[in-house]
Amino acid sequence: MTAALPRRTPRAPVALVVAASAAVVPTACSTGTATEDDTTLTVFAAASLTAAFEEIAADFEADYPGVDVQLNLAGSSSLVAQVQQGAPADVVATADTATMDTLVADDLVGIPQAFATNTLEIAVPSGNPAGVTTLQDLTVPAVNLVVCAPEVPCGAATTDVVDHAGLTLHPVSEEQSVTDVLGKVTAGEADAGLVYVTDVARAGDRVEGIPFDEADAAVNTYPIATVGRTGQSADQADRAQQFVDAVLSPDGQAVLADLGFAAP
Amino acid sequence: MTAPVTSERAATNRTRRDPAEVPAGLPRWAYLPAVVGGLFVVLPLVAMGTRVDWSNYWGLVTSESARAALVLSLQTATASTLLCLVLGIPMALVLARGRFPGQHLLRSLVLVPLVLPPVVGGVALLSTFGRRGLLGESMEVLGLQIAFSTTAVVLAQSFVALPFLVVSLEGALRTGGERYDVVAASLGASPTTVLRRVTLPLVWPGLVSGTVLAFARALGEFGATITFAGSLQGVTRTLPLEVYLQRETDPDAAVALSLLLVAVAVVVIAATSRRGAGGAVR
Repeated sequence: MTAALPRRTPRAPVALVVAASAAVVPTACSTGTATEDDTTLTVFAAASLTAAFEEIAADFEADYPGVDVQLNLAGSSSLVAQVQQGAPADVVATADTATMDTLVADDLVGIPQAFATNTLEIAVPSGNPAGVTTLQDLTVPAVNLVVCAPEVPCGAATTDVVDHAGLTLHPVSEEQSVTDVLGKVTAGEADAGLVYVTDVARAGDRVEGIPFDEADAAVNTYPIATVGRTGQSADQADRAQQFVDAVLSPDGQAVLADLGFAAP
Repeated sequence: MTAPVTSERAATNRTRRDPAEVPAGLPRWAYLPAVVGGLFVVLPLVAMGTRVDWSNYWGLVTSESARAALVLSLQTATASTLLCLVLGIPMALVLARGRFPGQHLLRSLVLVPLVLPPVVGGVALLSTFGRRGLLGESMEVLGLQIAFSTTAVVLAQSFVALPFLVVSLEGALRTGGERYDVVAASLGASPTTVLRRVTLPLVWPGLVSGTVLAFARALGEFGATITFAGSLQGVTRTLPLEVYLQRETDPDAAVALSLLLVAVAVVVIAATSRRGAGGAVR
């Protein structure tokens, strides 16, 4: 039955869409005014790095007058797809090593360096109505627990942690992203959720974070690397390395630490 | 029993249409944008078909999670459609035939979900039926919890689908007019008998198309469900949510399931348009 059916067509339409979005997004996120092409530095960063990289980019622009840092913030797998399709990135920072490894395997980036880590934390609505204090407490059926679906990175981390602790969770919902989990906790619909430390940090007063020891079983490492691309000037390549250095510098690390990231 | 009425109306229509049977002379330029519009709708569906991994199609759409999502989608969309019929038919009747102050305003309000982004509908439902919502708090006391349950999916689907049924049926009621209802009533039929034997049979095509639209809308519901109901296999993860999740790790499965959703929609529309609305066109 399958033999007579048509072949799959090449993925050109996707390439177009990706290229188009890559072309549009950095412009929209521009943090300054570009003067010449060779003074523009395009940084692709995981969405969870938004606040940190906006601050580091502003500092970088202050340190290197005339340089315009353009941030393209998206999910790590989207960023990797964009770079693979030839999007004009100078630097790429992802939320896990697995996504960066695909770029290394394709020989598209320099040697990645770990610059931050993130671990899971229990998030509860302010006041902690269900009285959750440990990971074990989440296994109680009366606790409305919301986690990320195993298909997405935060859900994979959740699975690792829970398996390592020898527990079984019975969540009432497996959400699409860590933002959705946080939203259910913030709204008070869920009694508890498993999110990243940095998510609790940015959620403000409506959410309380409860750290737990078992979280160390799944530490997410954020790597950063320069992207070698055609049409990149030597000047841009230098700037790219300088940006990576800025992220790894004590100042850059302080910005990340303020937002809840741990050092690698 | 409905046959005499329908054929009588058809006869009236025919005598009225006679002058229009002279070719109206459709402007030729209309064909070009019409064809472009048609392609705009059909081409993406065809393009998606070309991306399907046919050799693994059966495996992709019969995986445990896919089957759970399909069954849940069909069950919840059916339940939502029934709820829409139970509430929507009286609503359309009241809006089309009732006479009361504020009718116009009420009509506009009822149609709001039609133009509202579904995610906003989800937030609105959460504020009503959520644990900290308007009704949710008292329901919590009674031991009822709607959020994260299949009931929440049905509520979300009904919320977005109800206006489709009401609009279709109300339009049909207004177009049909009240002449036959008045005749039936003057012959001694009670209001309920008039509704059952005259009004509803006359607006049958409108009711059928409204029901199909409501079912299709319920089947495709995504935004309100993911905001209000959550996402758990077999409980709240309907087919559109499953497609969105699979897209993350398994694009082939997402495309295969999308095609399945298209197929279900086409089957539903084809089946009902032949049986119901189709018969009344001629």
